[in-house]
Amino acid sequence: MKKGLLLSLVIAFAVCFAGSAQAFEAVAPEDLKVGWVYIGPVGDGGWTYMHDKGRVAMEEAFPGVTSSIVESVPEGPDSARVMETFVRNGAKVIFATSFGYMDFVQDVAKKYPDTIFLHCSGFKRAENVGTYFGRMYQARYLSGLVAGSMTKNNVIGFVAAHPIPEVIRGINAFTLGARKVNPDVKVKVVWLFSWFDPGKEKEAAKALIDAGADVIGMHADTGSAPQAAEEAGVYVVGYNNDMSKYAPTKHLTAPIWDWGAYYKYTIGKVIDGTWESDDIWWGLKEGFVDLAPFADDVPQDVRDLVAAERARIVDGQWDVFHGPVKNQKGEVVVPEGTAMTDADMLSMNWFVEGVEGEMPK
Amino acid sequence: MELIVPILAAAVRSGTPILYATLGGIVTEKSGVMNLGIEGVMLVGALTGFAVTYHSHSPWLGLAAAFVVGAALCAIHALLCITLGVNQVVSGLALTMFGTGVSSLVGRGLVGETIEGLRAFPVPGLSRIPLLGPVLFRQDAMVYLSFALVFLIWFFLLHTRPGLKLRAVGESPLAAAAAGISVPAVRWSATLFGGGLAALGGAYLSVVNSHMWVEQMTSGRGWIAVALIIFGIWHPLRSALGAYLFGGVGALQLRIQAGGTSIPAPLLLMLPYVLTIVVLTAISVRKGKGILLGAPAALGQPFHREERE
Repeated sequence: MKKGLLLSLVIAFAVCFAGSAQAFEAVAPEDLKVGWVYIGPVGDGGWTYMHDKGRVAMEEAFPGVTSSIVESVPEGPDSARVMETFVRNGAKVIFATSFGYMDFVQDVAKKYPDTIFLHCSGFKRAENVGTYFGRMYQARYLSGLVAGSMTKNNVIGFVAAHPIPEVIRGINAFTLGARKVNPDVKVKVVWLFSWFDPGKEKEAAKALIDAGADVIGMHADTGSAPQAAEEAGVYVVGYNNDMSKYAPTKHLTAPIWDWGAYYKYTIGKVIDGTWESDDIWWGLKEGFVDLAPFADDVPQDVRDLVAAERARIVDGQWDVFHGPVKNQKGEVVVPEGTAMTDADMLSMNWFVEGVEGEMPK
Repeated sequence: MELIVPILAAAVRSGTPILYATLGGIVTEKSGVMNLGIEGVMLVGALTGFAVTYHSHSPWLGLAAAFVVGAALCAIHALLCITLGVNQVVSGLALTMFGTGVSSLVGRGLVGETIEGLRAFPVPGLSRIPLLGPVLFRQDAMVYLSFALVFLIWFFLLHTRPGLKLRAVGESPLAAAAAGISVPAVRWSATLFGGGLAALGGAYLSVVNSHMWVEQMTSGRGWIAVALIIFGIWHPLRSALGAYLFGGVGALQLRIQAGGTSIPAPLLLMLPYVLTIVVLTAISVRKGKGILLGAPAALGQPFHREERE
């Protein structure tokens, strides 16, 4: 008898448990625990550093919410273990901030349908899994307009971390911007195969400067390429955050992240009980990406042009990868009058016309 | 000429931090103590150098502090391995993990800051020599110091009595002790000095090369130093050559990319490692007796007086 009662209780409990997975109820900030899984150390000064700034902004916006982090989590089974530990410690929301966590997020999310998982830069969703990323390419395009206006040699160097779609998309958007104002511009790319190695980034920038580049763009996580540019007296476009500290007179601008905008939005929805699985890909319009302040050297007409192009993008009338877009061979990849789909942008593995150098295979 | 000079100059620049760590490692290992903690010590050195320069505005003070803290850190290794006789491989690996962790933790507040570090200082006269001038003598003072150190350490190890004692301790601690040499004292000094040099190599990255602190900024250079010690068969001059070779191939592959050739970048990135293996094989074949010829015979073995047979 007692056993039967216990069994029915367990069943009833399980049913309730499964049922509650459909809707996420409102939660008081004091009861909300949020976990962040970071790919790198907070001290990388770049990617993870900016995520953590966003996390702190969320904490300030919602006093009472408890947030915790685990740094330098490899993109493997370890990440699942970290997420499970978060859940067992009572986390209601978990942010996984790197692409390679994708399948592990799916596995853990299936086991814990009551917990909300948010995966940065991936494409697999579920009822309790949302994805988020920023249209950094929009800010990169604007920074390209500035770079293209400031080069005299028509050679721009680009220090690039890894040949993955995110980086390639950025180089392409930057190049499209530069060539809009100056069709003769060539963008030379040097791959680092590393996210942060200041010594190597500096040498790569020096190599590009020696090869004739008089503006340096970058997609790496430290400010040492800007330092090399300042020392050599050439302009530089930073990345992640305002890097003018490293190149006080030569830092034209930088495409920058504001993850706080998204973290505040999502935690607000969780607290209200209105969160549903979503795919967020915000850009300039929502303030997810932006440009750092311009250097004094950037002339007014360039600033006006950037403002006009930004307005076009924010309005939604135009976006960076609207046709015609040509590849390196000069073939039209995106015909006039059409726009690239988000899916195509997320898997981009070819260079636009004007980029020099080959894609590593 | 115009192409080769920037590559060679970059080779010296990129090779210098590894060179300091390698020289330190040679001195330590020649006394019979293996130190796999170089990577961790370099990181702590990079942070110390940066932090002290940041607060004192004196890069020289920062570099000096890095040396002292690096030596202090290796005192842990010395205490464990020399005095207590624990396994040197385990202690060294623990030192790397400790150095990586503690530098990340302590350095948190310094991320994103920048300093007025050491700048290039062309040597008057010498810097005008064709080829050699721009490659060797338009660098910074720490590069010049490393040139001097290579020769000083070579001279010390191979041509002085204290150097002979140090090598004796590394080859046969038993015989050395019988000759009245204090084995622990020699090993302690060699370990502390080696730690100081490894930390200077790390500080070169933060104070001279990049003027910033980034967690794990050594990116495995400490492990390359460990390999270069063997590559140079425990000889300072050959190891210096190895350090510049490593730096040079790294610089060359970046420049080949910037030049826009169709050589795949990963192949270029492999080059330094392939070269290491090739040179290693070549040397061991030529010597006939294998590369261990130059290795200190008692490397990695703890020494206890009471265990004498």
